[in-house]
Amino acid sequence: MKLVTAVIKPHKWEDVREALETFGVTGMTVSEVSGYGRQKGHTEVYRGAEYDIALVPKIRIEIVVDNDDADDVVGIIVKTAQTGRIGDGKVWVSPVETVVRVRTGDRDEAAL
Amino acid sequence: MDTGDTAWVLTSAALVLLMTPGLALFYGGMVRSKSVLNMMMMSFSSLALIGVIWVLYGYSLSFGNDLGGGLLGDPTDFWGLKGLMSPDALVFTVPSLAFVAFQSVFAIITVALISGAIADRARFGPWLLFSWIWATIVYFPVCHWVFDFNGSTGTDFVGGWIANNLKAIDFAGGTAVHINAGAAGLALALVLGKRKGFGKEAMRPHNLTLVMIGAGLLWFGWFGFNAGSALGANTLAAVTWMNTLSATAAAALGWLLLEKIRDGKPTSLGAASGIVAGLVAITPSCSSVSPIGALIIGFLAGIFCALAVGLKYKFGYDDSLDVVGVHLIGGIWGTLSVGLLATASAPAAVDGLFYGGGVDQLWRQAVGAGAVLAFSFIVTLVIGFAIEKSIGFRISEEEEVEGIDGVEHAESAYDFTGSGGGSGFASGHLAAATAPTQEGVNA
Repeated sequence: MKLVTAVIKPHKWEDVREALETFGVTGMTVSEVSGYGRQKGHTEVYRGAEYDIALVPKIRIEIVVDNDDADDVVGIIVKTAQTGRIGDGKVWVSPVETVVRVRTGDRDEAAL
Repeated sequence: MDTGDTAWVLTSAALVLLMTPGLALFYGGMVRSKSVLNMMMMSFSSLALIGVIWVLYGYSLSFGNDLGGGLLGDPTDFWGLKGLMSPDALVFTVPSLAFVAFQSVFAIITVALISGAIADRARFGPWLLFSWIWATIVYFPVCHWVFDFNGSTGTDFVGGWIANNLKAIDFAGGTAVHINAGAAGLALALVLGKRKGFGKEAMRPHNLTLVMIGAGLLWFGWFGFNAGSALGANTLAAVTWMNTLSATAAAALGWLLLEKIRDGKPTSLGAASGIVAGLVAITPSCSSVSPIGALIIGFLAGIFCALAVGLKYKFGYDDSLDVVGVHLIGGIWGTLSVGLLATASAPAAVDGLFYGGGVDQLWRQAVGAGAVLAFSFIVTLVIGFAIEKSIGFRISEEEEVEGIDGVEHAESAYDFTGSGGGSGFASGHLAAATAPTQEGVNA
């Protein structure tokens, strides 16, 4: 099993969710996060005083999937979230040792 | 007594009262979320504290018979508002207590205005002590100087020197309220020092929608402030009402235009600030200029104040919410503008410099503005230092980082932790002392 984690632009979140659902992903965890990459932050001006805002808002999606599906899921996220402009985000995949469904105690693939 | 005049003055008093909660929102939105409650409490505490001392002796110090030199009213004349419930007690055409009510809310908001200069860092108890002393030895005397006309509050009573001897025109409080509060704010900002991280860390306004609501309420209430100062339902009230609208609208445009040119974007904070700058500037001048004059005063107020709010970074004083840039500068400009743009066709019937009146009114305005500025600044410095050196005025650095709301009031303004119904885990749980007992639950 793999954990796919994606950090994307907030306005792409609905598109990504729909695409993943169409593919058959049945659940995910989503958080509103802040961060920056090469995009850096942005500038805001209050009563003439300029502030460099280092952190920009992003959406983080976490999905645990079968080994076979990991590449497809990554592909869908990249294709859907891409705008081609700086700040589109990152997707990464990490191995998962064990998954347990809390309600039934099912383990691993049965728990996905 | 005139019932129409009385109705308008009582209504105006209620309008002006609403300005202080409006100010609390205006200021509260501009600070960080960890200090919004303390910011708002500094305004609300003024409603409570000044409301009480106004009844006890504040009105009498302001509007009692002059003790000498036009400097201070006699505190014994109206101690506890004695003698003012009689139907014969009148100020011009309204019951004395209607006038007392109207003036009370001026005292309240003037004290509250100062608090914007010392956001995030003033201990609450010392702020109350400061408010009490400042109202007593700065506001009430200055109110007497500016607003107490000979014979208005008692037969043969002598009033204040600015109103009766100098004859500077300050219709609704450019000197007594705005220069007064602005100079005091500057002095307190110097006494308390900069916030930790001032000029380095981002101290963004945490809620600009609150700021916009506050500016709206201030504008609404300000019609009571200015048009209510006519103390009657008459032409003077109508002229001052319309001039208040004109100047404020033009000031918002002026501020936004300056931002667009200087910073690239017109901001909501700029619109809200421009509104307040225009209101401040037209306050002393609304009875003496034409609506066109008001447009000019307002537009320039927007420009001047938008430029002035940058001074604190240049000179390194932390006037957190720009009480100096908006109220002191706007108040000075508005007070001087009478000497420049007054027209004899307006109710005050005086010509300023640009209407062929020469500099006669201009120097009176300058002396009035300068006197209030110097008096307020110096006395506030003394009060501020006395409190700082004795009981301490400022919270500790550690407390400041933690946030003054928790430190001074044991509260936090917002609970965003609850998700999907009910409180989230970060909301905490009821302390044992407060939780219902088992018997209580079973019953």
